[in-house]
Amino acid sequence: MIEKNTDTLSMGFFTTKVNDIVGWARKYSIFQYPFITACCGMEYMSVACSHYDIDRFGAGFPRFSPRQSDVLFVVGTISHKIAPVLKRIYEQMTEPKWVVAFGVCTCTGGFYDNYATVQGIDTIIPVDIYIPGCPPRPENVLDGLMKLQEKIQHSKQAI
Amino acid sequence: MILEKIKEKFGEAVLETHSFRGDDTAIIVKEKIVEAAKFLKEDPELDFNVLIDLTAVDCLKLDKPHRFEVVYHFFSVAKKHRVRLKVPLTEEDPVVDTLTGLWPIANWFEREAWDMFGVKFQGHPNLQRILMYDEFQGHPLRKDYPVSKRQPLVGPQN
Ligand code: SF4
Repeated sequence: MIEKNTDTLSMGFFTTKVNDIVGWARKYSIFQYPFITACCGMEYMSVACSHYDIDRFGAGFPRFSPRQSDVLFVVGTISHKIAPVLKRIYEQMTEPKWVVAFGVCTCTGGFYDNYATVQGIDTIIPVDIYIPGCPPRPENVLDGLMKLQEKIQHSKQAI
Repeated sequence: MILEKIKEKFGEAVLETHSFRGDDTAIIVKEKIVEAAKFLKEDPELDFNVLIDLTAVDCLKLDKPHRFEVVYHFFSVAKKHRVRLKVPLTEEDPVVDTLTGLWPIANWFEREAWDMFGVKFQGHPNLQRILMYDEFQGHPLRKDYPVSKRQPLVGPQN
């Protein structure tokens, strides 16, 4: 039988800094906005569904309004024609916000070195994590997501 | 049979025909294209009821007397046969009559050919860009469009 202990110290507690605990909370409650334009979308779907299950990382719930989301997943080739839309969506998101470049097309333009394609979305909006691959394997995406979480944890939290 | 009928009907206007591995092609002068398409569509033996594709080729680096070719692919669902028509156009006057009166799908095909190659289709009801944005200058699939030329709407220029 376990004795009931009223001593607060032995009940167990921990100390932390506000910055850390806010970071901890934020990294496990990612509401992502999937901005999907091309084939990488298929890989995004498999990451988001039960096989790879990004819900394990607290990022399971996609929001389709930029105002309700805090991580922008840019998934697929971005053409110059759609670029103003992407920029606008980024601007509509509220702070704090992060951007993931998913696939080589978003990182650098990939092999679409032509008149139509933006040569890396970082020419338009700031990017936090680059996940290369054409398309990246789901494991790769999860790795990127964990790196993003690390980044969120260790950044200075605006409260 | 198809090429024979076309040659018989249009005589001099047919510049050349060939049939590579069963793919019949007739090269025809631009003045006759609407008439020829109408003939293909309405002749009961030919009965080409589908315009499968319409596109253009820039022959700048090919050794040809003309600059552009507009290429039409037709298919007959009932007769299960196909034919390809080509119309050569010069650089100074890249204009050909529209087929929108015969096949509504020609509308978007021709807009695409205009957008990518700058070939004009006379009589088209709405000849605007279909893929590129309105601010885009020039026609990207022309062989003299610089490979590295970008025209971004936002972000750094070139
Ligand atoms: S990176 Fe590859 S898979 Fe992803 S959008 Fe580009 S071409 Fe498609």
